[in-house]
Amino acid sequence: MEKDGPGVIARLLVENLAVARGGRTLFSGLSFALEAGHAVALTGPNGSGKTSLLRAIAGLLRPEGGAVAFDGPEGPLDAEEARSRGLHLLGHQDGLKPARAAGDEMAFQARWTGGDAAGLARAAETLELKPLLALETRKLSAGQRRRLALARLVASPRPLWLLDEPLAPLDARWRERLGDLMRAHLDGGGLVVAAVHDPLPIAAREVSL
Amino acid sequence: MVFGLANPQRFLSVTRHAPAILGGLAAILFAVGVWLSFTAPEDYQQGDTVRIMFVHVPAAWLSLMVYAVLGGASFFALVFRHVLADVAARAAAPLGAAFTALALVTGSLWGRPMWGTWWEWDARLTSVLVLFLFYLGYMALRASIDDEAKAGRAASVLALVGLINLPIVKFSVDWWNTLHQPTSVLRLDGPTMTADLLAPLLVMAGAYTTLFLALWITAIHGEIRARRAAALQLKAAGRA
Amino acid sequence: MSAFLTLYRRELSLAWGRGGGALMACGFYACIAALVPLAVGSEPERLRAVAPGVAWIALALSTLLSLERLYERDYEDGTLDLLALGPAPLAAVAAAKGLAQWTAGGLPLALAAPVAALMLGAPAAMAPLVFAAALVGGLGFAFVGAMGAALALGARRGGVLIALVVLPLFAPPVIFGAGALHAFSEGLNWGPGFALLAAYSLAAVALTPFAAAAAVRNALD
Repeated sequence: MEKDGPGVIARLLVENLAVARGGRTLFSGLSFALEAGHAVALTGPNGSGKTSLLRAIAGLLRPEGGAVAFDGPEGPLDAEEARSRGLHLLGHQDGLKPARAAGDEMAFQARWTGGDAAGLARAAETLELKPLLALETRKLSAGQRRRLALARLVASPRPLWLLDEPLAPLDARWRERLGDLMRAHLDGGGLVVAAVHDPLPIAAREVSL
Repeated sequence: MVFGLANPQRFLSVTRHAPAILGGLAAILFAVGVWLSFTAPEDYQQGDTVRIMFVHVPAAWLSLMVYAVLGGASFFALVFRHVLADVAARAAAPLGAAFTALALVTGSLWGRPMWGTWWEWDARLTSVLVLFLFYLGYMALRASIDDEAKAGRAASVLALVGLINLPIVKFSVDWWNTLHQPTSVLRLDGPTMTADLLAPLLVMAGAYTTLFLALWITAIHGEIRARRAAALQLKAAGRA
Repeated sequence: MSAFLTLYRRELSLAWGRGGGALMACGFYACIAALVPLAVGSEPERLRAVAPGVAWIALALSTLLSLERLYERDYEDGTLDLLALGPAPLAAVAAAKGLAQWTAGGLPLALAAPVAALMLGAPAAMAPLVFAAALVGGLGFAFVGAMGAALALGARRGGVLIALVVLPLFAPPVIFGAGALHAFSEGLNWGPGFALLAAYSLAAVALTPFAAAAAVRNALD
């Protein structure tokens, strides 16, 4: 990960956040701070706003109240810059076009988020994607598609990972491997916020909605 | 003062009697305007049919004015996320479309004796027709997005884009008209306007404007109350 | 800049595949051109009079064809989230999409336009102007159309709605383009019309991406 610049997020601050959807307030008064090297597991029933919270942190959703702020090693960061360079959002959907080759899709997602050829090779290696790259994405299983979507996390290093139920389509072996990836990321100074139903394979503070 | 009315509740209380007052004023102005229209002298070319002008021209003026109102309200709704501005924009659109349709229909009725056809593709009629399509597009966009807030914002963007485009449409149609029709012998507003023709025109314009304001404020009231009712329903459902 | 190019290349390859791409647009265009003599009568005089105008209208309508899926697919499969969180601002994303739309659809149509005009009886001398006007005007159509697609994101009846929203905005370039062609056929100066068309297209390129970006942000909310 880059050591300085507008996207080096060292701390995530959520202050008094309130999110509403379709006229209904999902949650309000939510506050927590996340330091580099630490993780948060978001728990709560379906519809409690976990996805909305992730999207609000990413800036895709405008909160009803409160604020989200990012700090770099030197001081506060401009939120828009931090979001466009410093985070990965992995939602329920994989963002893969069905008729395109898996390799092309992976390459686009990685390059778009700032990865290079070396990063792509690393991702293909780590996530064992090489045999899948020539296939059309619609021919892949759900678990394979999820691994493909995870490729950009490895290929383009960015400090803050916002993951929405990352483990769901993965089998036990890959859940463990994802845990290893997350642990390595945290050791490197990264931050993880993951919305989950099952416990995360890494040590994380729980925030319940 | 405008920002003082920004709060919907405050707006409701301050303008509570406005529709009735404005409506009454509009009725008076219409009465005076119609009387003046019929006592104005005949046009030497068009005879009695020139009186359609007193219905047509103010309608055309209003169609443009209401679009400007729509654009302004959309700007405040979009940039300042102003709920009342959004409500005002939504309320203005059908009224503007109605005035535009009135202008088109009366223009056509006027055109029949003047040009011998029900429709003429002269610059004004064509650009007013495009304005009508702008209104329709705005209302269609608003109606087609289910989320009320999202629909309002998308429609606001469209209204602002249309605002920029309107002068271009007017200009381009004028240009096209000069390309296709050499100087027209018949002019839409007849010979130079004398005082006894100007007076009914201005009075009717005033009547239309007060009518618009009365209907507009009524529609805003209705919309505010409807939103309140919906919010209360949602709250009740949440507790159930 | 490299992010813009990456996106542009991807959008281009998606646009070629989307709805059959260039071939379908040209096919649609040919159909409209073929229907005109059936409707207007096949007298050469009459056809020649409407040839430039028809070629122009068909261009505008053919642009509308693949607009619905321009943003809709990305919105549905989560790609739009990714695009919004990239290094390029959303306005640049919108511009890349508009540009790809023009390259994939507008260019082939610009090649088909003179052919259709000639078939409808336009003089051969007019062909270069028809091509140039279709090329330049197609840029304006693509960008305004892309903005319409962004505005109608998440709405019901997307295709028709986009057309309703976008067609009044098409009025000026249709007038300017057809005006230039008409002037040419009358032996008048076609310069002003063409210049105005170019100005409109450039203004569309410069301004519509911001409106489209605002619309996308609204839809993602």
